Amino acid sequence: MTSLALGLDDVRARTFPFPHRHFLSAADLNVIQATDLLDLADGFVDLSRQTSKKLDLLKGRTMMNLFFENSTRTLSSFELAGKRLGADVVNMNPRNSSVTKGETLIDTAVTLNAMRPDLLVVRHSSSGAASLLSQKVGCSVINAGDGRHEHPTQALLDALSMRRAFGHISGLTVAICGDVMHSRVARSNVSLLGALGAHVRLVGPPTLMPAGADRWGAEVHTDLRKGIAGADVVMMLRLQLERMQGALVPSTREYFRFWGLDREKLASAAPGVRVMHPGPMNRGVEIDSEVADDPTISLIQDQVEMGVAARMAVLASLAARLDNL
Amino acid sequence: MAGGAQKGGRPFAFTNARLVDPESGYDGPGALVVAKGVIADVAQGRSLGKLSADLQVIDCNGAMLAPGLIDLRVKTGEPGSEPKETLKSASRAAAAGGVTSIVVQPDTNPVVDDPSVVDFILRRARDIEGVHVYPAGAVTKGLKGEHLAELGLMRDAGCVYVTDVDHPIVDSQVLRRAMSYANAFGLVVAHRPADPWLTKGAAATEGELAGRLGLPAGPAIAERIMLDRDLALAELTGARLLVDQITTAESLKSLARAKAAGVLAQATASINHLSFNEIDIGDYRTFARLEPPLRCEDDRQALIDALADGLIEIVVSAHAPAPAEDKRLPFEEAAPGAVGLETLLAALLAFHHDERVPLLTLIKAVTLAPARLLGLRAGRLSAGAPADLVLCDLNAPVIIDADKLLSKSKNSPFDGRRLQGQVLMTLVDGRIVHRLQE
Repeated sequence: MTSLALGLDDVRARTFPFPHRHFLSAADLNVIQATDLLDLADGFVDLSRQTSKKLDLLKGRTMMNLFFENSTRTLSSFELAGKRLGADVVNMNPRNSSVTKGETLIDTAVTLNAMRPDLLVVRHSSSGAASLLSQKVGCSVINAGDGRHEHPTQALLDALSMRRAFGHISGLTVAICGDVMHSRVARSNVSLLGALGAHVRLVGPPTLMPAGADRWGAEVHTDLRKGIAGADVVMMLRLQLERMQGALVPSTREYFRFWGLDREKLASAAPGVRVMHPGPMNRGVEIDSEVADDPTISLIQDQVEMGVAARMAVLASLAARLDNL
Repeated sequence: MAGGAQKGGRPFAFTNARLVDPESGYDGPGALVVAKGVIADVAQGRSLGKLSADLQVIDCNGAMLAPGLIDLRVKTGEPGSEPKETLKSASRAAAAGGVTSIVVQPDTNPVVDDPSVVDFILRRARDIEGVHVYPAGAVTKGLKGEHLAELGLMRDAGCVYVTDVDHPIVDSQVLRRAMSYANAFGLVVAHRPADPWLTKGAAATEGELAGRLGLPAGPAIAERIMLDRDLALAELTGARLLVDQITTAESLKSLARAKAAGVLAQATASINHLSFNEIDIGDYRTFARLEPPLRCEDDRQALIDALADGLIEIVVSAHAPAPAEDKRLPFEEAAPGAVGLETLLAALLAFHHDERVPLLTLIKAVTLAPARLLGLRAGRLSAGAPADLVLCDLNAPVIIDADKLLSKSKNSPFDGRRLQGQVLMTLVDGRIVHRLQE
């Protein structure tokens, strides 16, 4: 793929144009669509490494980032992705306005919709918020995280990082470890990696494992060593420190002792194992710095880089479809 | 037509009807005469003989004539939240659904924990001249689960049972005393069991689906845990307990054990939990956000079986109006509850059409059984009983259209459902309060 010359027609000329108007959930993607997005993202990685990073795929398009929850890296990643594709990007921060929680979502969405954006990127603390919003606006909605439900662009960037590290995803054993219950990253990854043919395991304390997770198409483990035994990829999840309340976990030191990843525990994984983390990390809680900062093991910095490319792929695919409407 | 057979007005005769009377257990052809607001004569399987000339004859064409429905669990917004639902709009909705008596819940603003609020509701209801409205009172002041409300004074003012509605009474001593005390006044305590810690913040039932949707969820067993305590307290006090909306197979086992041991417990099931399961949440459909939350299909099947074999004696609509602005929110933030007065009968008839539950059993669960609990003369087709009646074409297909409901709030999970059973006419004390417009 010649990334420099990539235009909207190239995106559109792909064998399988992206069929959805919105990008809400990794569970909506089949293997063909997911692979196609990864191929497209690969090209954008090359583009982003050049001095001139800009395309005009989204020229004239307006993209709004509507983040009801705090975020630095996801917001910047989307903003960069939009700008590199030539869109006009506006960041809205509804938390700073005076409206209350309940009214904000629909009211803000309807107001913003009247400004005729083409792409609306939404993060919200309630599961299903992006889906609800997509029913009320005329533009394409991209889910940048809804409660505990999904964070589909994160799954896409994780898959991109894995595919670039291993050359393939099918057949890989991926252990997703930690606070699965509250993790939208885990849910999106289970869906996407499953579609792409990876063997997925979920590992964590039983209090942080959602009921019925064994029926998601993943193996469930409570013992970290057993859970990561022979794994090609170990993906650690962030443990919110407020989980120490409510009898979920006794303490951070106990958590680290049993579910924190260090070099010693990692020894049971497959040779050549790679470690991932969606960030931001709690060093010494779920992951030891020695592992996180080892460039031969850690893919964590790659994940951040891949984030921009993966989001560019999503935006470009949706934009190509917008033009066809 | 308006007014119809007012007390002392022109009497009616319903001929060619399918009479369904849960008291006598009769389900068959017959006729019935209404005069002076009461049922004057019932002719089961025989003709009425010579009809007097002033009798207005209504040929039922084989439609079902049954006692009007008595709905033990109805929320309105009056007083306090009238934009949701008023006693008047609830009454119209009830009449359209063949419901002739509603028991309104005390979680209004102000709470019905004081005889003056009971009196207010009864006076408002009298002015409306719609269906019968009976207030339920709070068990504890402000529904806080701490101090007893004035149960005796409220009973004298006209409240028919007491309940803290959706606020389970956590303090066992308070519930125990409430049951003993209420029992002395002949008041039943209704209690919806839900362990408050296990269900804290929950918007769905714990399981594969809620997990995948990322919804905060509570385990189904939270119901049985508190139910077991409630049943034990009923045993201890010897008081009658009404289990408000039983929803799980595990709870049914506990209930069956307690009943077999002689505990004076009865249970209601809501039409929603009989008709839907957690899958109906689908893509975060907030109309399926209920309290208690929808359960798995096995639980629903167990409820239907329990209704058929009499373990569950009463079915309620659990009518809970919520306007669009309270429902058009992310699932976990949306108000729980569904309107149900207008769809109760047709939804219930589904189990008759599916041949799961006999028609008489279904009708009894919404007429005679709640009437007996409240000590009402209604709920039966016998001479001298109030002429609270519903005439229903059992086989007429209906497609529920939430926008056309008479309730001020349109939050019906039955929207779009195809059901069978069209209410043709509803009478309260011999007055026609609803008639199907052709």
